[in-house]
Amino acid sequence: MAVAGYAANQAGTATVARHEPYVEAPIRAFAIATVFWGVVGFLVGVVIASQLAWPLLNLDLEWTTFGRFRPVHTSAVIFAFGGNALFCTSLYVVQRTCRARLFGGENMGWFLFWGYQFVIVTAALGYVLGVTQGKEYAEPEWYVDLWLTVVWVHYLIAFGGTILRREEPHIYVANWFYLAFIVTVAMLHIGNNLALPITLGHAKSYGAASGVQDAMIQWWYGHNAVGFFLTAGFLGMMYYFIPKQAERPVYSYRLSIVHFWSLIFLYIWAGPHHLHYTALPDWAQTLGMVFSVMLWMPSWGGMINGIMTLSGAWDKLRTNPGLRFSVTAVGFYGMSTFEGPVMSIKAVNALSHYTDWTIGHVHSGAMGWVGFVTFGALYWLFPRLWAKKGLYSEKLVSWHFWIATLGIVLYITAMWVSGILQGLMWRAYDELGFLQYSFIETVAAMHPYYVIRVLGGVLYLSGALIMVYNLWMTVTRGESEEAAALPVASAMPVPAPAE
Amino acid sequence: MPTKIEKDSLTGTDTTGHEWDGLKELNTPLPKWWLYVMYATIAFAAVWVVLYPAFPFQGATGVTGWIAREAVVGDVRAAQSRMEPMLARIRASDPKTIAADPELRAFAVAGGRTAFANNCAGCHGAGGQGAQGGFPSLADDDWIWGGTHDAIRHTIANGVRAGESDEERTSQMPRFLADGVLTLPQVNDTAEYVLSLSRRSTDAAAAGRGEALYAENCAACHGERGEGNRDVGAPRLSDQIWLYGGDKASIARSIAYARAGVMPAWGQRLDPAIVNMLAVYVHALGGGEN
Repeated sequence: MAVAGYAANQAGTATVARHEPYVEAPIRAFAIATVFWGVVGFLVGVVIASQLAWPLLNLDLEWTTFGRFRPVHTSAVIFAFGGNALFCTSLYVVQRTCRARLFGGENMGWFLFWGYQFVIVTAALGYVLGVTQGKEYAEPEWYVDLWLTVVWVHYLIAFGGTILRREEPHIYVANWFYLAFIVTVAMLHIGNNLALPITLGHAKSYGAASGVQDAMIQWWYGHNAVGFFLTAGFLGMMYYFIPKQAERPVYSYRLSIVHFWSLIFLYIWAGPHHLHYTALPDWAQTLGMVFSVMLWMPSWGGMINGIMTLSGAWDKLRTNPGLRFSVTAVGFYGMSTFEGPVMSIKAVNALSHYTDWTIGHVHSGAMGWVGFVTFGALYWLFPRLWAKKGLYSEKLVSWHFWIATLGIVLYITAMWVSGILQGLMWRAYDELGFLQYSFIETVAAMHPYYVIRVLGGVLYLSGALIMVYNLWMTVTRGESEEAAALPVASAMPVPAPAE
Repeated sequence: MPTKIEKDSLTGTDTTGHEWDGLKELNTPLPKWWLYVMYATIAFAAVWVVLYPAFPFQGATGVTGWIAREAVVGDVRAAQSRMEPMLARIRASDPKTIAADPELRAFAVAGGRTAFANNCAGCHGAGGQGAQGGFPSLADDDWIWGGTHDAIRHTIANGVRAGESDEERTSQMPRFLADGVLTLPQVNDTAEYVLSLSRRSTDAAAAGRGEALYAENCAACHGERGEGNRDVGAPRLSDQIWLYGGDKASIARSIAYARAGVMPAWGQRLDPAIVNMLAVYVHALGGGEN
C-alpha cells in the first residue's frame, strides 16, 4: 500500500511500531482545499484591489461591491486557505509526531473536512447576499457560528485525542502551538459571537455586548485571530516542516519553551492597540500598547528557532526551493512582528491608524509569513501524500518563489508609501491653521499606489497558479515511490535538481 | 522511546535526547541578546504603566497626569484660540468687505478652501466645477440665484428648497405633463423650441409649434428668449450649460416632471465666520460678480 510504504520511508532512522496506517485521505483533501481556496482568496484580493483603483469595477451591483467582496477575500485567505492549511498540516503532523492514528479515524477526518468546507461556503454566500454581523473577521451570522463551533469542538477532540493516545513520551513543540491555536480560537470564537438571533428563522442576530465593550471584545478576538490563527498555528507548521526540509535538529528547545509560553501569555492582552485614541478607556489602551511591545521578543523567538535551525544546512536553500519559501516566510514573520509592536506605540499609531500602512502590515504577515510557510509545507507534502518520488518541477517552484516575492515587495512598499502619505496628508495644516487637504485629495494621491498594489497582487496570484500547475502535474504525472524502487527505475538517471 | 542525548556534530551542542518522526532538538541556551532585549521591553512596560493611565480606577492617571480626552480638548482649544482673532473679524464683517481687505481675504480664501473641500465638494466638485444631475458649477458666471458676494452668502447660509430656513431660495416649476397642463406632444414641441433658443433645433415645424406654448407657460420665469431670471431661480435656457442635461430627452423630462434640487442651509451648521469665508472663496472661483 502506497501510504504504508511511504510512512515507513518517512520514519527515517526511527523504528516505528505502528498498528494501523495513519489517516491520510482527508488530509489529501485538506491539501487540495488549501490550494483551491488559496487561489480563490488571492483572486478576490486582486478583484477588490482593482475596485479600489478603478471603482467602475464595482459594477453597480450590490453583490459585487467592495463592501461585500472584501470579507470574501479576508475570510477566503485567513479561514479557507489558512484554515485548511492548518487542518491539513496539524492532522498530518500530530499523527507522525505522536506515532498514533488520528483519534476518531478516517470518519473524523472526513467530518472535519466537509464540515469546515460547509462553514466556508455558507459564510461566503452570506457575505455576497449581505448577511453579516459587521464584525471584522467575524462576519458570519449566528447559524454559521454555531456550526463552526460544532466542527471546532470535533477538531479539538480529534487533535487532543491523538495526543492522548501518543506512543512518544513527550509532546513535540509543533503540537503545543497547534493545540494553543485550537483551544484559543475556540474561546475567541465563542466569546466574540455571543448573539441572539431575531428568530430562529431569521439570519439577523444582535450581539450580547454593545458600545465600547463590544468593540473591545471584537478586537480581543480580532487581534488574537492574528495571534493564534495566523501565528501560533503557523508556528506549529514551521516547527515541523523547517527541520524536516533542512534535515537538522530544532535550534533550541529552551527557546521554544520560553517563547511559546511568553507568546501565548502576552498575545491575548494586545487587542486594545486596535482601539487607540477611541472611546476605549485610557488604561486599556496603555495595557494594549505595553503588552504589544513586550510581544516583540517572544515573536522573534520563533523566527530565531526557524532560521537558526538552518545553521549547517544553508546550502539546502540552493537545492530546495520549497525550503526557500519556509525560510523567507520566517523572515517576513520577523519583519511584521517587529513592525507590529512599533505600530502599537500610540505616537506611531496616531499616524498609522486607519491608513494603508495597516493594510501593508497585515499583508506582509499574510502573504509573506502565512502564505509562504504554507507553500513550503505544500511543496513538501504533495509528493509525500500522493507517494511520489518528488515534485514535477523544482524549477517551477523557483519561478513561483521569485514571482510571489516580487509581488509581496511591490504590495507592501506601495502600502507603506500610500499609508504614510495618507496619514501625513490627513494631519497636515497650512500656516494659517487650516487643514491642508480634503479627504478626496488624499484618495486621489493614493491612486498610483493602488495600481502598484494590484500589480503586486497579480504577481502573487500568478505564482500561486504556477504552484497549482506544478502540484497538479506532480499528482497526475509524477513518478510514484514504488516505481522508483524497481531495479529498472533505479537505474534511470536521477533528474538534476533545479538551478 | 528512551531518552538518548547525542552531540550534534556540526554545532557541538547536545540534543535533548527526544525524537519525533525523525525530528530532534538541540539544547542550545537562550540567546543572550534575545533575553536582554525581552527584559528591556518588560522594563519599558513597567515604566510606561507608571507614567500613563494603566489601572481601571476613576482618577488613576499615572504620574504624568496625561488623559487622552483632555489632551485632545486642549489641542483643539489651542488651535481655535490661534485662529480666533481672525475668525472674530471675519464673523463681524461681510464677504464684500472681507474681499476688499488683503489680509482678511487671504485668510478667508484659505479657510474657505478647506471648508469647501469638506462640506461642498461632495456635490459641487473639488474645484467647484459642478456635476450633471443638479449640482451647478460655481466656477463660471452662470448663476441661478446671483453671483454677488451677498447673493452667494445668502444662498449658502439659507440653502435651497431644504425647508430649513425662512429665507431659503425657493421656487417651484410646475410638472407640466404630470400635472396635466401640457400633453406629451406639446411637451415635445416645447422641448424642441427650448433647443432652438440655443440654436440646436433640428425640427423647425415642432419648434414653431412650441413657440406659443413656451410663451404661454415658460416665458414668465425663464424669459422670452430663455435668458433666465435670478429673482425666481429660473436658469438661463439660451446657453450650453445644463443642470440636468441639454439633450432633447432630458429637457422634455424637465418640462414634463420638473426638477427641484435642494441644498442644506449651511448657516445652521457652520460658524458664521466660515459661511463668510465660503462666500469669499466661491466668489473667487472665477465667476464672482460685483
